[in-house]
Amino acid sequence: MKKLSRYRRHKFAAPALIIAALISLGTTFSIASALPNAQHMAVTSQSTLIEEGKQIFARGCSSCHGLNAEGGSIAPSLIGVGAASVDFQVGTGRMPMADMSQQAMRKKPAYTEAETAALAAYVASLAPGPASVTNEQLTFERDGNVAQGGELFRTNCAMCHNFAAQGGALSLGKYAPTLMGVEPKQIYEAMITGPQSMPVFSDKTITPSEKLSIIKWIKAAQNEPSLGGASLGRVGPVTEGLLIWTLGLGLLVGVAVWLTMKAR
Amino acid sequence: MSNELQKFSDPGLPEHIHRKADTDPAAAKKAERQVAILFALSAIGTIVLIGSYIFVKPNKFVFLPIMGDTNVQQALLGVGLAMSTFFIGMAAVHWGKTLMDDREVVAERHEFRSPESDRADFVATVKEQGAMAGLGRRTLIKRSMGVALGLVGLSPLVLLRDIGPLPKKQLETTSWKAGTRLVTDPGDRPIKPADLEVGAVAQVLPELIPGTERTLENVGKDAVLLIRLRPEDFNLNAERLSWTHDGIIAFSKICSHMGCAVALYEQQTKHLLCPCHQSTFDVTRAAKVIFGPAARPLPQLALTLDADGYLVAKQPFTEPVGPSFWERSS
Repeated sequence: MKKLSRYRRHKFAAPALIIAALISLGTTFSIASALPNAQHMAVTSQSTLIEEGKQIFARGCSSCHGLNAEGGSIAPSLIGVGAASVDFQVGTGRMPMADMSQQAMRKKPAYTEAETAALAAYVASLAPGPASVTNEQLTFERDGNVAQGGELFRTNCAMCHNFAAQGGALSLGKYAPTLMGVEPKQIYEAMITGPQSMPVFSDKTITPSEKLSIIKWIKAAQNEPSLGGASLGRVGPVTEGLLIWTLGLGLLVGVAVWLTMKAR
Repeated sequence: MSNELQKFSDPGLPEHIHRKADTDPAAAKKAERQVAILFALSAIGTIVLIGSYIFVKPNKFVFLPIMGDTNVQQALLGVGLAMSTFFIGMAAVHWGKTLMDDREVVAERHEFRSPESDRADFVATVKEQGAMAGLGRRTLIKRSMGVALGLVGLSPLVLLRDIGPLPKKQLETTSWKAGTRLVTDPGDRPIKPADLEVGAVAQVLPELIPGTERTLENVGKDAVLLIRLRPEDFNLNAERLSWTHDGIIAFSKICSHMGCAVALYEQQTKHLLCPCHQSTFDVTRAAKVIFGPAARPLPQLALTLDADGYLVAKQPFTEPVGPSFWERSS
């Protein structure tokens, strides 16, 4: 100890101590928080699923959404949002939010599929709401109609999500995200639950079979090859204009300079 | 010290400086070769263009740096066409700059006014021919000819009028009548209030009268956005509140600024955005403009239910939908 205390006034003593403290705190915390995830989730019945979900909710969601999902000053009530909403928000990694920015972003999900299902079961048990969509329902490959889907997309979705489903800006930093690479299930759930800025598209105004057509069209748009190579984001005249005004005009300026240069 | 400006003489053309190719036969030969190479490049471009059209399979893709996966045929067609045209121009310019005669030549512009003698001749001819035709004596012919020629001059007015029908009241009216059902677009299904959850939107059109067609002109005026909120969210006057039904409110989708389809609905803020110029309308306050260049709120469509419980228009729009126009009354 005496040896160590000799260095206590050394100029690196304070930073070294802080770093050591941070590392020990971080490891403790990460081990502690990793422990529940490592537990094997053996779900046997619906009631245990709900119970599991309640526990996950209490740990991960209640600080903002309230202990009974009643909502708070910074987060809405989850009573009646249904399993579909949980499956969408948690399954796309939007919830839990990383920070209190304008909009929750799609990111790597924080919970496994089983944990998400448990959370969904718990929230669905609070009040009836739209149920999660199963892959068996998503027969868009068989039942969807790309032409009909395109027409529906242009009328109902294109104004926010862009005519090629690339996403677009809303007001005050909010945006409609790109639909490229989104799971069909999540597209469907977004339509029936209306997450964040997005409105709900009811099953009566856009029938389930029409929703499947929309999904099929989005997948067709995603797989559309880009004949010219660089697609420039498929956002229309903004990137195309930027390119032609810089590269194209630059090229023209170069040609004009060469044209007027006198030969020697 | 004199304030008079010094007269200066025309300096004329600068001294002609010979190019290298004018004096040095080797340089001239080199320039000639360069022009030939440029023309050859153009020819190669055309061969690439035609060859890629015939020999490259249209579904073949290749990865190019920066460009990503690119269709081979399209890329070669583009490169070929660009080469074939660009290098013709480049060769011609290079030819002109290096080899063609570049001595400056002055060519005076000729006088615009005809010579006096020609002018006098013309007047004399007109007078002489006029006298021979007897225009001065035969007044009947002169007058009737005036009438005929004048009337011919009027005829374009009729032809111009026939370019299209007069707009009449078209800009001020839509297909919405009292009792017109709201139907989904696309799909043409009538809508009941229960079909919409809170937070839901629906793009709607007026139900088609059997035997008529839905023209683009009509869709461009009739498109309506149906939005359901909680009734307590509304901040409307009594008349406008009576135009809603159980939290369901309907607005013309045609922006009052430039006529774009206003359909970006932010469910949380309850704002409607126009994608073209970012005009923002507050749905809870009868589409009041809260941002952007729009001058008027979006016209609200009065809603009610028909005997079968479907949503219908209570009355036509009370004002013209869409952007301002010259004769707009309100």
